[in-house]
Amino acid sequence: MELVLDFAKVKAVIESYTEKVDSLIDSYTDKKEQLISLLQDIQAEFNYLPRDVLVRVSQKLGIPLSQVFSVATFFRAFSLKPRGRHLVTVCLGTACHVRGGERLADKVERDYGIKPGETTEDTKFTLETVNCLGCCALGPVVVVDGKYESQMNSDKLDHVLQHCK
Amino acid sequence: MMEPVQELLKNKVRSVSELENLRQSILRQRDPSRTCISVCAGTGCRASGAEAVVDAFTDETERREIQLSVELKETGCHGFCERGPIVVIRPKRVFYQQVKPEDVPEIISETVLKGNIIERLLYVDPVTNEKIVYEPDVPFYKRQTRTIFGANGEIDPRDIEDYIAVGGYSALSKALFQMSPDKIIEEVKRSGLRGRGGAGFPTGRKWQSCRDAEGDIKYVICNGDEGDPGAYQDRSLLEGNPHSVLEGMIIGAYAIGSHQGYIYVRNEYPLAVRHARIAIEQAMDYGLLGEDILGSGFDFTVMINKGGGAFVCGESSALMASLEGEIGEPRAKYTHMTEKGLWDRPSLLNNVKTWANVPLIIKKGADWYSQIGTAGSKGTMIFSLVGKVNNTGLVEVPMGITLRRLIYDIGGGIRGGKKFKAVQTGGPSGGCIPEQYLDIPVDFDELNKLGSMMGSGGMIVMDEDTCMVDIAKYFVNFLKEESCGKCVPCREGLTRMSEVLSNITQGKGKKEDLALLEDLGGILRGGALCALGTTAANPVLSTLHYFRDEYTAHIDGKRCPAGVCRELIQYSIDLEKCEGCLRCLRACPTGAISGEKRKPHTLNQGACIKCGACYDVCKFNAVIRQ
Repeated sequence: MELVLDFAKVKAVIESYTEKVDSLIDSYTDKKEQLISLLQDIQAEFNYLPRDVLVRVSQKLGIPLSQVFSVATFFRAFSLKPRGRHLVTVCLGTACHVRGGERLADKVERDYGIKPGETTEDTKFTLETVNCLGCCALGPVVVVDGKYESQMNSDKLDHVLQHCK
Repeated sequence: MMEPVQELLKNKVRSVSELENLRQSILRQRDPSRTCISVCAGTGCRASGAEAVVDAFTDETERREIQLSVELKETGCHGFCERGPIVVIRPKRVFYQQVKPEDVPEIISETVLKGNIIERLLYVDPVTNEKIVYEPDVPFYKRQTRTIFGANGEIDPRDIEDYIAVGGYSALSKALFQMSPDKIIEEVKRSGLRGRGGAGFPTGRKWQSCRDAEGDIKYVICNGDEGDPGAYQDRSLLEGNPHSVLEGMIIGAYAIGSHQGYIYVRNEYPLAVRHARIAIEQAMDYGLLGEDILGSGFDFTVMINKGGGAFVCGESSALMASLEGEIGEPRAKYTHMTEKGLWDRPSLLNNVKTWANVPLIIKKGADWYSQIGTAGSKGTMIFSLVGKVNNTGLVEVPMGITLRRLIYDIGGGIRGGKKFKAVQTGGPSGGCIPEQYLDIPVDFDELNKLGSMMGSGGMIVMDEDTCMVDIAKYFVNFLKEESCGKCVPCREGLTRMSEVLSNITQGKGKKEDLALLEDLGGILRGGALCALGTTAANPVLSTLHYFRDEYTAHIDGKRCPAGVCRELIQYSIDLEKCEGCLRCLRACPTGAISGEKRKPHTLNQGACIKCGACYDVCKFNAVIRQ
């Protein structure tokens, strides 16, 4: 297949992308120590931490790329891979564990063929696990796209996931 | 309606008398006899649908045009998350639980307008089967002492005036104008307050050493990186009463001479971040934070930092590294953080709950405060009572209460009539306490003696269906994932322990494994760099101590008495009990169950992956797990 590129269009996309990234990074110029917050903002924007953006952070703020990457890989909240349209977070805190949280994570693994941290091939779901969401009285808890679902079981989880478009 | 107060605020509150005037003017505008519908909108109740309930109340009060005579308040967490969404109708404090949007029109027409009680929304005491109408009569609340947590149900955390109305910031004005920094520290020392983050270090002593430390720039930090799984009281306080935490921090900053503070909150707590942010903005607007607080000449500002989801960042030196934009690795504390902490400057770090205790101590005095609690542990403690107990939620009780009172009187006993096995306290650094110690008074020292610890107050109740080897494995795996990897004992020790425990739960354990686990535990305790590592073996050592027979059952008998460890159990169907409803057949992911409608089903062991789906869906207890 021959690839025809509309260079003007591509350039426009890259520029608008760079602009957004740059304004985000610029807002942190005086507060380099808030690298974690900056990475959180970037992740909120792109759903993950794109490699190019991390390089840009390093260049613009003068933070060694090694440090940017060490922070980006140390903390659980960051993903270096693009994530799916729906984020399914299964809580594995102690209270959820004793009420069967693992079995729910296993179920998603089984039904969709993804392990924690992975995304389905059609980019529909990303499965993540979390240590505790602080809804311990209502366990097991699963969060789907930011919405907390309490006292989950496999039937309820099926129902919720089947409603994701 | 708000105008008079706004008028007062043209200029910020600049003195004690202006604060008092403001308070009086807020109170004048409020009619205590007016009906107020307060809906718990903490994360727990939101998960159960509280937002839809709030919307329904807004619509219904507008539809009936009673929004002026009836106040609707979204409050923070009341603690009784199990029964959410919770609605309390004041002034009588009628208590409705598990309220749905469909119930709202009836609540308005019957209870709010006519004063009738809706029976089906009442809470039924699981012990006496009695229906309870009023909030203070609910046993879960009745047996608590809610000094820190009580205001959560009364105030809208997004409205600083609600906090001022219940006496908020009066401790700050007392501290700034009637007390010297030394006097404040003396009062905190005399109160006997100990750090609520886990280790229980005397708070006053920590403050003193930070005050005495040399340096012009000092920092005050609030540790809201509540990483212990199973504990969420810090989240609930920051969400439900953020000003109480802020007020404590400002008092602490004044006492040690700091002008910059940080609140470090977990990324997993978005609502707490939002409410803390609003609280800071409002306190700045009212002149209670920022420059020249209350006209005292004292300046203090607070910033919020979100964590990145690393458990180790709850450790003070790791938290500070993370505040500096570095990875959260702890460092050896040859020098205390109170002398060389954030950016090598003296730093005072306390837990959310510790800060929230401070205004109370200043307002009511150390003598009052130290009457509550035991000889070594003063005040109250907020526990998150969760797991296999009937009433789960946050409970605030005086230090020294027995585990039995907590679990049986407040918690309403074990779910489903099962047998109590253990209670796990202190999170991954704590241990499991068996039945014979249910009558010990709970405080810092007693829990330590039992090989566990207070931690941040998580209390996870376990019943006969919980496998203690599995729990030990759970915590070790948790810590193995969360270990930062800097020091060898923690990084390698936990990996080895995890391997050994996995073998045991898979029926591949050897006799000498138990000695090996104890050995590794000792090395961690003696050799790890930070508290994550030195306490990491507690869950293993305490279960080995109290539940050794369960370990030997796994090793010698190749069986899991609680029926948890997958490799050691088998599922089967009780042909007598099976009604042939097809539920398990449909739930089985591997097609291991076969049968026809209304005829007993059979399970093919060869195809069974032991996922437990059939066990979960069966309504007739016909699936047997052995």
